[in-house]
Amino acid sequence: MSGFYRLSGGRILDPSCGRDEVGDLFVAGGRFVDPVSLPAETSWEWIDASGRIVTPGLIDAHVHLREPGEPQKETIASGTRAAAAGGFTAVVAMPNTRPPADQPNTIGWIRERAREQGVVRVYPTGCLSEGRKGEKLAPLASLRAAGVVALTDDGGCIQDAGLMRRVMEYAAMLDLPILEHCEESSVSAGGVVHEGYWSAVLGLRGWPSLAEELIVSRDILLAELTGARLHCQHLSSAGSVRLVREAKRRGVRVTAEVTPHHLALTDEALADYDTNFKMNPPLGSEADREALREGIVDGTIDFIASDHAPHCSFEKEVEFDRAPFGIVGLETMLAVAAETLVKMKLLDWPGLVARLSTIPARVLGVPGGTLAAGAPADLAVIDPNLQWTVNPQAFLSRSRNTPFAGWEVQGRVMLTMVEGKIVWRL
Amino acid sequence: MASENPEQIPGGRWRRRHLLGLQELEKEEILFLLDAADGIARRLEAGRELPSLRGLTAVNLFIEPSTRTRVSFELAAKRLGASVLEIDQESSSIRKGETLKDTARNLEAMGADFLVLRHSAAGAPHFLADRVRSSVINAGDGAHEHPTQGLLDLLTIRRRLGRIDGVRVAIVGDILHSRVARSDIWGLRKLGAEVTLVGPRTLLPEVFRRFGVRLSSDLDPILPWAQVMILLRIQHERQREGMFPSLGEYVSLYGLSDARLRRCPPEILLMHPGPVERGVEIESELADGPSSVILDQVTSGVAVRMAVFSELARFHRRDREGM
Repeated sequence: MSGFYRLSGGRILDPSCGRDEVGDLFVAGGRFVDPVSLPAETSWEWIDASGRIVTPGLIDAHVHLREPGEPQKETIASGTRAAAAGGFTAVVAMPNTRPPADQPNTIGWIRERAREQGVVRVYPTGCLSEGRKGEKLAPLASLRAAGVVALTDDGGCIQDAGLMRRVMEYAAMLDLPILEHCEESSVSAGGVVHEGYWSAVLGLRGWPSLAEELIVSRDILLAELTGARLHCQHLSSAGSVRLVREAKRRGVRVTAEVTPHHLALTDEALADYDTNFKMNPPLGSEADREALREGIVDGTIDFIASDHAPHCSFEKEVEFDRAPFGIVGLETMLAVAAETLVKMKLLDWPGLVARLSTIPARVLGVPGGTLAAGAPADLAVIDPNLQWTVNPQAFLSRSRNTPFAGWEVQGRVMLTMVEGKIVWRL
Repeated sequence: MASENPEQIPGGRWRRRHLLGLQELEKEEILFLLDAADGIARRLEAGRELPSLRGLTAVNLFIEPSTRTRVSFELAAKRLGASVLEIDQESSSIRKGETLKDTARNLEAMGADFLVLRHSAAGAPHFLADRVRSSVINAGDGAHEHPTQGLLDLLTIRRRLGRIDGVRVAIVGDILHSRVARSDIWGLRKLGAEVTLVGPRTLLPEVFRRFGVRLSSDLDPILPWAQVMILLRIQHERQREGMFPSLGEYVSLYGLSDARLRRCPPEILLMHPGPVERGVEIESELADGPSSVILDQVTSGVAVRMAVFSELARFHRRDREGM
C-alpha cells in the first residue's frame, strides 16, 4: 500500500500552476496532500530530494508496448517498467498490435493486462480503420466505450481522403483525438531514409518530407472542415512545422509532437548503415532538426513523445533495407531531451517538464501533469546533474534498439511514483 | 611467405582490411590501387610473374545475379593462385531463410579470406565488414557503390589519356539508381576530373550537385564538351515505376546515336559498365566502333581485382603467421 511520503528539499516544478520553488512535497493515501490537512503527529517517510527536481509524472503519448502479439519484443510488464525507469507514470499504447486493437475486447484485454502486470498507467488507443487497413471505419464509439483515449492507425496512415473525412467527422462526434502518422505512401513509396544528400550518397531509397507534409496539409484541411481534434505524430520536417504553425494561427484544432531522436539527430547518422537509426519517419536534414527545435520551443509542437518501438536484435541485425523501422526511447527520452534542449539553453527545466507531462495530459485529455493537492500522486524525481552512459544492456525494456548507445548524457530519473507507490528507484 | 610477393611493401600505403567504396578512400589510396593495378596489367601483358595468393580462399557471394563481375573476380583470384568458391542465391542458405550474417560467419568459419559480396541491399558489405574477420570486397551493393567498377573505369581512362586530373567526363542515364555512377563520381572527383551528370530529372535529382558535379537534363550541349562518356544501363522497370514514359522517348533524349557521336570530339572515349543493351543506351555499331573502350574496361577489371586481392591479402598472411 502507498504510504506517507515527504519529499524534502527538492526543486518542485509544477507546470500546471507555474510553481517553481524549493520545498517539500507530501504524499498520503496515493495523493498529493497539504500536510496541514493531516494530524500533526502523522509520521512521514522522508525522501531526500535536495539538489533534485520533483515533477509531475511524465506522460509518453506514443509508445508501442507490443502486447498482444509480440511479447518477444516487449510486454506490458517490461514496457511499463522501462517507462517507470524513464520517469513516466503513464503511457499511451499504440494499437498496431497482433491482433490490431480495433475491437472493444482487445482494448479490454489490454486494460486488464495493464492492471495485472503494468507498473504505470496504460492508456490504450484504438484503430481508426478495421485492421489498420485504411479501408473501413473501425467501431469507434464502441472503442471509446471500451476506454480508449485516442484513435490512430499509427505505423500506417489512411490514404483515402474520403474515408479520412468520415473518420474525422465520426471522431469529432465522439470528441476523441486522432493521432495521425502522417505519410502519403505513394510518395514515401518504399523509402527507408530521408530523401536528401545522404540517401543519394548511401544509395538508399529516399522517403521525401513531402510524404509527411501532404498528409499534414490534408488533415489540417479536414480538421478545419470537421472540427476533429487532429494530433500530428512525430513531426520530422521543417515544412510540417510551418504547416502546423500556420494552421494554429488560423485557429485550427491541431496539435503535434516530436521525438527526442528527431530533435537530437540528423540523417548524417546513417553513414554507417546502422539500423538503430532507421525509423519512420526517418531522421531529417540539419534544417529539419533546426525547425523542429524552433517548433518545440515556440509551442508550434506541443510536446515530446518517444515513439518507443522495440524490435528484437535479430530483426534489426540484417541488411538496412530489410530491418524494421523503429527504436526504443522510454529510458533515454528525458536525458536526450535535456541534452538537446536544456543544455543548449533552448528550454529551461520548467519548459521541458511541461512538454513531458502537463501538455501531453492536456492534449490527450488524460489525468496527470500536476502536483496539486488532491491529485493522484504521480511524480518523478530527477537529478538534473547526474552524468551517465547509455547502456542498452541495462535497459528494462526487452529490446535494445537504441541509436544512443554509448552516449554520455546528463540528467537521470532517480525515483518514479504512481499513485503514491514507488515504481522505480535508482 | 612475403618473399613470394616482392612487390608488396609491408606497412605500405594500403591499410584497409576491406574495400567497401571509393567515397571513404583518400585520393592517395585510390592512386595506390590504380598504380598496383597498372603494374599487374603490365605484368600480364609482358607475361611476367604475378604475386601469389596460394593458400588463400576467396568466396564469391553473389546474392544478386551477375555474370561479368563474378567471372572477373573469379578470374582475378585464380590467376593469383587463390582458391575460389562460388555461391549464388540459389546455392546459398539465404533462400532457406538463413540471415546474411549467419551465412558469412559460416563461410568465415570455413576459412574464407576474402568475401566478395554482390547484394541488392545498399550497405550489405558494411554490415558484413563489421561482423567478420574476412576481407569484404564490395562487388556492388544496391544503388550505393561498385568500387572495383569505379577503379577499372579510372584505370581505363588513365591508360588511354595518361591522366584523370582535368579530364571532362559525362555520365549519362539512370544516375539515381546507379552504384556505378556513384563510385565513378567519387573516384573521378577525388582525382580532379570534371564531371557532368546527364539524365531526366526523375533519375537525376538536384541533390547530386552536392557531389561536386554539374547536372544537365539535356545531352546535346554536353556532346562537344566531353572527353569521356560513360553510358549507364537503363532498366526497364524504371519505366514501370513512371520514371520516364517510354523507352523510345528515353532513347530519343539520351541514347547515343551516330549523329550525336559526330558532335563529340573525335578522340572521345565511350564507356559502358555492361551489359550493354544495344539500341538503347548506345546504337549497336558504336559499341563496337573505334571510340568504344568497353572491352578495355573488361580487361582493366581483371587487373584491378587482382590488385585489390593482392593488397588485402596482407591482412590474411599476417593472421596466419600469427597462428
